[in-house]
Amino acid sequence: MSESVITCTDLTKRFGDFLAVNHISFDVKKGEIFGFLGANGAGKTTAMRMLCGLSYPTSGKAVIAGYDVYTQQEDIKRNIGYMSQKFSLYEDLTVLENIEFYGGVYGMDRKTIRTRSHALVQKLGLLPEAKKLVGALPLGWKQKLAFSVAVFHEPKIVFLDEPTGGVDPVTRRQFWDMIYEASAGGITVFVTTHYMDEAEYCNRISVMVDGRIEALDTPGNLKKHLDAVTMEDVFYQLARGAGRSGDQ
Amino acid sequence: MMLVMPVMQLIILPLAMDFDVKFVNLAVVDNDHSTASQKLISTVTASGFFKMKGNASSYKEALQLIQKGQADIILEIPPSFEKNLVRENRQQLALYADAINGTKAGIGSGYLLSVIRSYSLALDIGLKSVPKDASAGAIDITYSNWFNPLGIYRYNIVPAVLVLLLTLIGGYITALNIVREKEMGTIEQINVTPVKKWQFILGKLTPFWIIGMIVFTIGLVISALVYGIVPKGNIFLLYAFAMVYLVGIMGFGLLISTYSSNQVQAMFVAFFFMMIFMLMSGFFTSIDSMPGWAKLISDLTPVTHFIKTDRMIILKGSEWKDVKTEFFYLVAFALFLNSWAILNYRKTN
Amino acid sequence: MKQLLVFIRKEFYHVFRDRRTLLIMFGLPVVQIILFGFALSSEVKNIRLGISDNAEDVNSRQIISKIRSSDYFIVSEKKIGYGELEAEFRKGNMTAALIFPNSFGNDLLHSGTAPVQIITDGSDPNIAKTVVNYLTNIIQAYQAENFGRAAGYQVVPEIRMLYNEEGNGSLNFIPGVMALILMIVCTALTSVSIVKEKELGTMEVLLVSPFKPIWVLIAKAIPYLVLSILNFTVILLMAVFVLGVEVRGNVPLLFFESILFIITCLSLGLLISNATNSQQTALLLSLMVMMLPTIIFTGFMMPLENMPVPFQVISNIVPAKWYYNIIKSVMLKGLGFEYVWKETLVLGGMTVFLLTIALKKFKTTL
Repeated sequence: MSESVITCTDLTKRFGDFLAVNHISFDVKKGEIFGFLGANGAGKTTAMRMLCGLSYPTSGKAVIAGYDVYTQQEDIKRNIGYMSQKFSLYEDLTVLENIEFYGGVYGMDRKTIRTRSHALVQKLGLLPEAKKLVGALPLGWKQKLAFSVAVFHEPKIVFLDEPTGGVDPVTRRQFWDMIYEASAGGITVFVTTHYMDEAEYCNRISVMVDGRIEALDTPGNLKKHLDAVTMEDVFYQLARGAGRSGDQ
Repeated sequence: MMLVMPVMQLIILPLAMDFDVKFVNLAVVDNDHSTASQKLISTVTASGFFKMKGNASSYKEALQLIQKGQADIILEIPPSFEKNLVRENRQQLALYADAINGTKAGIGSGYLLSVIRSYSLALDIGLKSVPKDASAGAIDITYSNWFNPLGIYRYNIVPAVLVLLLTLIGGYITALNIVREKEMGTIEQINVTPVKKWQFILGKLTPFWIIGMIVFTIGLVISALVYGIVPKGNIFLLYAFAMVYLVGIMGFGLLISTYSSNQVQAMFVAFFFMMIFMLMSGFFTSIDSMPGWAKLISDLTPVTHFIKTDRMIILKGSEWKDVKTEFFYLVAFALFLNSWAILNYRKTN
Repeated sequence: MKQLLVFIRKEFYHVFRDRRTLLIMFGLPVVQIILFGFALSSEVKNIRLGISDNAEDVNSRQIISKIRSSDYFIVSEKKIGYGELEAEFRKGNMTAALIFPNSFGNDLLHSGTAPVQIITDGSDPNIAKTVVNYLTNIIQAYQAENFGRAAGYQVVPEIRMLYNEEGNGSLNFIPGVMALILMIVCTALTSVSIVKEKELGTMEVLLVSPFKPIWVLIAKAIPYLVLSILNFTVILLMAVFVLGVEVRGNVPLLFFESILFIITCLSLGLLISNATNSQQTALLLSLMVMMLPTIIFTGFMMPLENMPVPFQVISNIVPAKWYYNIIKSVMLKGLGFEYVWKETLVLGGMTVFLLTIALKKFKTTL
């Protein structure tokens, strides 16, 4: 039985009168690909930010990679990776410089950085582009690079915030191959997305509506329970009655 | 924002900018303590130009005052001042001026020189009997200041601030506007439509041009209400100039924006050039005092011409025939800058 | 610590790859020094004087030649009637007019007083005053030489210009340019740099990493600190070698005070970056809010003592004003620390204050 790397109990975030995240509880197993779905404004991003240590919960408990979210934020940060919606790469730095920078930020020593970055660049097929500015790369490559940078320091968990925006289907497929590979290597992947077809690729998914988790199960089970053919139907049924819309 | 800015600038700048040398801080070192030296000191005090910073007992002490910034000029009267005057009819005085501020030093010593000169002339009449007719050979100098008899500095600054307002709106805001569209990507949207490029530019610039003229009007109203400055000359002439100038400056803003790829860049470049223009335009310093090459650069900037004519029309009531060369300059600038901008825009899009 | 170095190295990459900003950083001081040093001057020269000599006698000709030989005036002679004068001024052809009545010489020799009239274009009051002064001095000198008593008293003043024997226009502007450039580079560029990370989304990634937020700020500030010191040195060198200004004071003291001021400006930049998430707002705030007060309230372009009292009071809040005074005293007057310790204390206090607020606000915006 694999252990839980993320455990939340009654996690809540309140902004004044507004309950952005309303007592959610779930856990994520090691090596799992966990999809965190929800409409705009449902509270996904807020929830994820709490798990990353970007904001403090108002109440509730959360344990990430074995560390408490209130008292051990530094330890959490050392053991996670993050890829933001905007791909979090510096356009005016080269491919290698970006990799080396993030490696250094996570405290890796120079030798390790050098060997690993060389291997990474080769694997991505970016060897000819290694010294080019990231800004010159096409979107698909930036995306793959951003993911690789996020897992470069071999964290226990990697958080991906809508990582496939604006990319063609072929590249998306290749991207998910990378996610599979990471998962097989023992890295837990926590991913939020809008694309319902990607939900199928996850081991389990949760759907947030109006700050609460309305469903938490494998894609197959969800489809069975809700008598739906595709994940889109699942989502539609759950989110249809939602009160909130729009990004927070 | 549009309203607040002109009001603030029109009120703050003229209040702050007064280059008048109103008084000079003078420290006197009297080593003689005679009747003659006392008379000199009282003549100087009576002139009203100087703020006396007490009598220091030595040059060193007075120098301290200069070092601390409390005095601008030291007047040192040597010992035996009176004695030497009586015996040899000639005596030197030492003046030390803090020349870090050249203007003050120049004007301050100028004042002091003329006070001392009238002191000498008065001495003549007082102390010695004169063979010739005492008043023969006196040149009576009268002077009058036209267009600004009281010599109020604001009259000089306010018209220039009006130009500054137009320059900011025309230059900065246009520079940013087009770049913003580039950044947001909406420019590509436009490029796809049948709208012609020059129509697009015209459409963008027109609202700002209107806003610019409104701000100019507000500026004129404020100048009249707050400072009592009402244009002596033809107001239509003034507006004609303002309109052409604004088009020219907007062309410049446009030019900058075609060369920039993001707003921060555009702002920096605009700022760089605006600063140079303002410094060289005669806003702060006089153009006549510039060396030849600097005058050339100054002539090449539209700002200079408008500031000059703005002041001329408002303060002196200059007419069309007086300012028509400047007007043609401005038209030429407007055409040149805008054509360059449009050409460049076509190329990069 | 190693992480900090990694970050600083990245920041340097950013700075050097942005050509236009480098242009502003180093180009601006060079341009300003050249302009202020050679083109702009508060001196009044080349005054266009129109002389109407209605007398054309020995005396008036002598006076006129004296005027012509002085460096101040560009003389053009016309016989213009009083009524036409206004039109001439309106054309903008001359700045002042000197009129000799046709009985000038006669009056001088026989009736005792001879009037002359100076008319100035009052649009620029300072020029007007200066013109009157210059002309009066020349005419009075003429009068004293030719009509003064032979046995009269001559009090001869000798003027020595302190701190500026070469008469280099006004040296005021050099400390002014220093204050301005440091303010722009440190405040504006630092704040833009920090906000850029926010805009790009990379700030979030950094916050998620084990990299402490405070190091982010320090790392961002360091390249600008280094470059500003470089800038200051360039301005100093230009002042000495291009303008021929003598640096009289203690050079290490100069550097010390400048570094203090740089830190003040960096803190301001930090404060501004906390206030906004958009680069152009950050730049706008820095330029408009910081720069304009620096130009006006330091007193380097316009004399502080002439401003209304409330302005003078406000000027005490502007850090640049204190720095300007310190540099003026140390660099141009050669004064030592005993003269500027008060200002240094004020500047130091402001820095600590700003830094504390900025850091506090930074923590809470996380």
